[in-house]
Amino acid sequence: MEEKRAGEKRLLMGNEAIALGAIRAGVSVATGYPGTPSSEVLETIAKERPEGVYVEWSVNEKSALEVAAGAAIAGERALVTMKQVGLNVASDPLMSLNYVGVKGGMVVMVADDPGPISSQTEQDTRSFGQYAKIAVFDPSSPEEAYTMIADAYDCSERTGRPALFRPTTRVCHSYSSVEIQKPLPRRHSESFRKDGGRWVIFPRLAYANHIKIEENLVRLSDEFSSYSGNRLTGGGRLGVASGGVSWSYVMEAASDIATDFRNLKVATVPFPRQLAAKFLDGLDSVLVVEELDPFIERELIYLCGRLGVKVDIRGKLSGDMPPAGENTPAEVRRAVRSFLGEEEYAVRDLRDASALNLPPRPPVLCAGCPHRASFYAVKEASRGRKAVFSGDIGCYTLGNASPLDMVDTCLCMGAGVAMAQGLNRAEPDAVNFAFIGDSTFFHTGIPGVVNAVYNNADIIVAVLDNSTTAMTGGQPHPGIGRTITGEPARKLSIYDVLASVGVGDIQRVNAFDLFAAKNAAARAIEGKGVRAIIFEGECIALSGGNKTAMSVDDSKCVGCGVCVRELGCPALSMEGKKASVDGASCTGCEVCVSLCKFGALGGDAA
Amino acid sequence: MRTDCLIVGVGGQGTILASRIVGNAALSLGLDVRGSETIGMAQRGGSVASHIRVGGASSPLISPGGADVILAFELCEGARALPYLARDGVMIVCDRVIQPYSSAGTGGYDAAAVMEGVASAVSRLCVLDGSYIIEHCRVKCLNMAVIGAAVALGALPCSMGDIERTIDARFDSRRSDMNKNALRVGAELAKSYKKQ
Ligand code: SF4
Ligand code: SF4
Repeated sequence: MEEKRAGEKRLLMGNEAIALGAIRAGVSVATGYPGTPSSEVLETIAKERPEGVYVEWSVNEKSALEVAAGAAIAGERALVTMKQVGLNVASDPLMSLNYVGVKGGMVVMVADDPGPISSQTEQDTRSFGQYAKIAVFDPSSPEEAYTMIADAYDCSERTGRPALFRPTTRVCHSYSSVEIQKPLPRRHSESFRKDGGRWVIFPRLAYANHIKIEENLVRLSDEFSSYSGNRLTGGGRLGVASGGVSWSYVMEAASDIATDFRNLKVATVPFPRQLAAKFLDGLDSVLVVEELDPFIERELIYLCGRLGVKVDIRGKLSGDMPPAGENTPAEVRRAVRSFLGEEEYAVRDLRDASALNLPPRPPVLCAGCPHRASFYAVKEASRGRKAVFSGDIGCYTLGNASPLDMVDTCLCMGAGVAMAQGLNRAEPDAVNFAFIGDSTFFHTGIPGVVNAVYNNADIIVAVLDNSTTAMTGGQPHPGIGRTITGEPARKLSIYDVLASVGVGDIQRVNAFDLFAAKNAAARAIEGKGVRAIIFEGECIALSGGNKTAMSVDDSKCVGCGVCVRELGCPALSMEGKKASVDGASCTGCEVCVSLCKFGALGGDAA
Repeated sequence: MRTDCLIVGVGGQGTILASRIVGNAALSLGLDVRGSETIGMAQRGGSVASHIRVGGASSPLISPGGADVILAFELCEGARALPYLARDGVMIVCDRVIQPYSSAGTGGYDAAAVMEGVASAVSRLCVLDGSYIIEHCRVKCLNMAVIGAAVALGALPCSMGDIERTIDARFDSRRSDMNKNALRVGAELAKSYKKQ
């Protein structure tokens, strides 16, 4: 199919380009766990479904990487996708896999998130690659990502080690016109060869392979000095070094700069030292423009020391560039111009909106979201009690906002259940709830529950089961009964899992049934040991919630504002002295109805 | 000639689809297209922006003062984007008000004052009647109505036919008709708009 499209220009999102690039490179096993900004890569592969390509949403990043590792040591080209914090989960197998090696090319696509825009950390996968001694490819745009992923496969196969491929959000979620190219020639794949213990990591083998890894890094640094993704242009005594999307910001700034400067683009770990030495030769000073860690900056400083040259390297470490957050084209333009001694770029008469006092617009749980109902029920039931609410990663993290204010902690995937145990050890008289979504439960929540049962903890596990992985766009998981490609799969029951690991009191309740949900929470609060409530209610973004919108009977509404104040449903507001429901966004979940003592809220009746 | 277009709104209003339609229409004319989307937590009712850059830009993001066109699906979000508008840029804003949640329930901003602020800041302004749009096409198609208005005003580097063909290629005939109807509703509104 790609054959036919060759030559055609398509408008591709970075993640689509990466997926099509991997298909073009002959990937045959693709795995991953959803996480913004990485999720669309696997979804695109599943949608394209080229012949002979196996694709799965794995239960978590560690499993995803291990499935891919199995395929790669058998000679297949494998792809694993995740976001940067997912790499923390997958780092155990990845560190060792680099020592064991692979036969087929294996690329671990890790999306970094400067800002961060949708993440807990601003970690830099280039630094991870350095630490783990694994090559990293850092594309600057969708079109570069499209071809660069094939280079990553090539590198992985040549070195017999996995390679990291790390775009950032502004590459993953930007788009551009990409020219589709012919598929690369298919490699002949053989089946798994036992090779007398080659795939079994023992200390002696690890030592021997460590030497090979170090030699390999030196060789790669040399090779990467002539790699097309690393580039040196321009002249003069001043230099700008950049990588990733920041390079495109530098190029944009350069378009109206008269001064000639040396422009170094770096897209790899290990650092292309020979190319960088050429760049440094004869320069007075350098400005480094990069996001997250000062990787290029440190390498240049190190190289100056090695070469014994005196070039002033400026960047994050020197305080010239911000230490955190994402770069913007405007800031990069300002920094580059001032570094080159160019006149400040002034945009005249910039309009100013500050006088208008515009309110911020933070994200909120959707109108009709089942989580709102569950949180409200637990909140009501625990009124007057000393209670701590541990949260987790997903849409329900938004339950921390007022008026719900029901998420007191959030750390990383699956942490809430175990953190609740620790909180309870510190404060045994508190009631400790651990809210966890269905996908997160399967991801890393289960070990926390096992730990709680084993160690006689006193917590309430509240599973918010909305039958999807909502925050990342509605991916299926082991509790859905369907795989990424839509094939039927065995549907794991959260109830059965909880029961089988020894949770005694498990209640299942319809999240939208406020009365029943409150009663379930009240019963759990009175209990002891590890008990659980599964709040069931489908994600409204998936089900559409095509029920009749509620309305307010003005003759009954006394304007007390309780419904608006308590629930925080974006479809509810006060209009003058009366409550009002926005018919276009209300999903008819009816949770607000029971909140009104005057019976003013209702379906057609109201 | 480069056209930088910013589409802003509230998560869920269809800014991504709108930018894809405009981008693909421009691509079909052989133009170079680049851009960026807001995907993630902000899609749950937060402020979102799509950047579309037609005609050879190197970065995917538009800088303050650089947008030739701003399409705003909601009033407050349009106002928020004002610093991005180029000096002689065009702004097309739908006057629909979606108040960010506030526990007081009375909403966070005074729509009339914000509208006045926008009108005094932008000379090339077109305000679209949101309730008219919602009455004549579905709320989900508001994005297409605003695009229709922009095309009718000549603010985008593509014609109504280019947009329609892009829509046809993307949707089944029922949804395609719905979206094309919204384009027309928006175009009519724009043509009849006279700045007070
Ligand atoms: S997407 Fe689903 S789970 Fe997320 S806030 Fe909306 S309804 Fe709730
Ligand atoms: S029924 Fe009430 S709570 Fe539910 S979406 Fe409509 S206004 Fe919001």
